[in-house]
Amino acid sequence: MRDLSEHIMDIIQNSVRANASFVELEIFEDVKKDIYKLIFIDNGCGMSPEVLANVCDPFYTSRTTRKVGLGISLLKQNAEQAGGGLDIWSEEGKGTRLEVNFSHSNIDRPVLGNIAETMMLLVGANPEMDFIYKHTTSEGEYVFDTREIKEVLEEVALNDPNILVYLKEMINENINTII
Amino acid sequence: MAKVKSLADLKRMKEDLQSKMDLREKSNAPDSILQVKVGMATCGIASGAKEVMNFFIEESAKRGIAAVVTQTGCMGYCYAEPTIEVKMPGKDPIVFGDVDVKKADEIIEKYVKHGELVDGIIPVNYNTID
Repeated sequence: MRDLSEHIMDIIQNSVRANASFVELEIFEDVKKDIYKLIFIDNGCGMSPEVLANVCDPFYTSRTTRKVGLGISLLKQNAEQAGGGLDIWSEEGKGTRLEVNFSHSNIDRPVLGNIAETMMLLVGANPEMDFIYKHTTSEGEYVFDTREIKEVLEEVALNDPNILVYLKEMINENINTII
Repeated sequence: MAKVKSLADLKRMKEDLQSKMDLREKSNAPDSILQVKVGMATCGIASGAKEVMNFFIEESAKRGIAAVVTQTGCMGYCYAEPTIEVKMPGKDPIVFGDVDVKKADEIIEKYVKHGELVDGIIPVNYNTID
């Protein structure tokens, strides 16, 4: 993974596969306290304690197409290399919460990358799901909420390529005002 | 400071779009338009699937191709990522492997527009050895 936006895409695919109808991503930055935090919350099927115990094992996966599952392991490794860590809470039938902490100033912390593209692709591929992306820095806060977008669009399909290109630009421009 | 795009602008754009096209509700007739599925599991993302999917969305908007571009999981062809499945209306889906932006452009120009097959197809009966 080249940057955090690719990790985010990868982690949210887990929520998609867990049949979540709602996924919230929060990015919290605080330069003074040296915090760079990602929080993922979904209302998917959750995990049993046995699965949860194995989730950071790269040779554990719920897939049958291959025998390795590297998504969470790679993110955990990146977080630990950058003075942070990864924690997961999950309850079967309720959903999952995943928190990743980085040291903001650590030179090994991956850059955020193209987060607008990640969100746009997720929204386009899962138009029936709702996504919230909240980004907080010392400069301010931006919230992208697909429920608001759907209200504006009414009967027009959210996954129309013209709409998606616009959404990507909108997220990009708004994020650039706070980071 | 330049004004940033907002939901109000989106509303204007939506009305613009509505007047231009005949309100095709894609979810109602997905079989009648081009469907592209991009393999977006860890293996795909690490090989650059994000860039490829973004290219398909931007180009179908630019070139005016009616398409639904969506994601799928890992099909077991991790060695050939990024992989994409292209389903033209009324035809069987075809899986292409090792798709970068250049290959994606070739697929749109040759296969989607003219029905010509291009290199890089993964045959459906192909199996990996355990």
